[in-house]
Amino acid sequence: MPFRRRRELVCRQAVALMTDYLDGALSARDRARLEEHLAECPHCHEYLAQIQATVVAAGRVEPDDLPPAALEELVSLYREWRTG
Amino acid sequence: MLLDALRDGDEAAFASLVSRHHTRLLRFAESLVPSRAVAEEVVQDTWLGVVRGIDRFEGRSSVKTWLFRILINRARTAGARELRHASLGDEDGLDGRFDAAGRWEDGLLPWADAVDARVVADKLAGRVKECLPHLPDAQRQVLTLRDIEGVDAADVCALLGVSAGNQRVLLHRARTRIRSILEEEMGGG
Repeated sequence: MPFRRRRELVCRQAVALMTDYLDGALSARDRARLEEHLAECPHCHEYLAQIQATVVAAGRVEPDDLPPAALEELVSLYREWRTG
Repeated sequence: MLLDALRDGDEAAFASLVSRHHTRLLRFAESLVPSRAVAEEVVQDTWLGVVRGIDRFEGRSSVKTWLFRILINRARTAGARELRHASLGDEDGLDGRFDAAGRWEDGLLPWADAVDARVVADKLAGRVKECLPHLPDAQRQVLTLRDIEGVDAADVCALLGVSAGNQRVLLHRARTRIRSILEEEMGGG
């Protein structure tokens, strides 16, 4: 049986694997191929960092403040529900 | 503990829970139902569900996950589409960026490191928030739960009734789209 080289990833493929990679959902083989590609490709390395930065930015999205009147209304409803 | 206080009918505990979670529930509800008005009704209904269901809550999931679960059930009653039948959305939109061999045509503007600065992270968070209504519903729901609310993958799959694989495809497409918007914001793309 002839020896077969491990198939290397091209950038488009590497990008497609990145969400699975960050979730730890890649096979050991694919993880190794991706990490090898990332070590050699500064663009994909930056792209992954940008995806991670996107996740960081999303994590900083705060919920809106609750207007006091809205809270009051819900607390009134709560009283009704508890006594009803 | 907050849950014990809630079970005892402690109004302050309820007010505290509402203060913490009402607007995030409303934000998520808007990704489930067609209008703000329906979203507000669904969230109000959710709080009623909380009051009625507090005795049954065993604390095995986080309070937040429990609230989302009640919300999603209420939204379905109000007519929200089953997510498992939703389209996965567009392809990742990177088509023009690669050459025929699958390599990047051009380099990328490097901006990831800049997000270490809080002022930049907050500016980009504002952009993410603006973009959300423009994502396809299913992508918006997954991105909101995973990346904004920090709900773990297994819980998101259970909440939305999607497979782990589909959840990742949706998340991938949502993140890809948001990244390219942030890239524009940072002066690239």
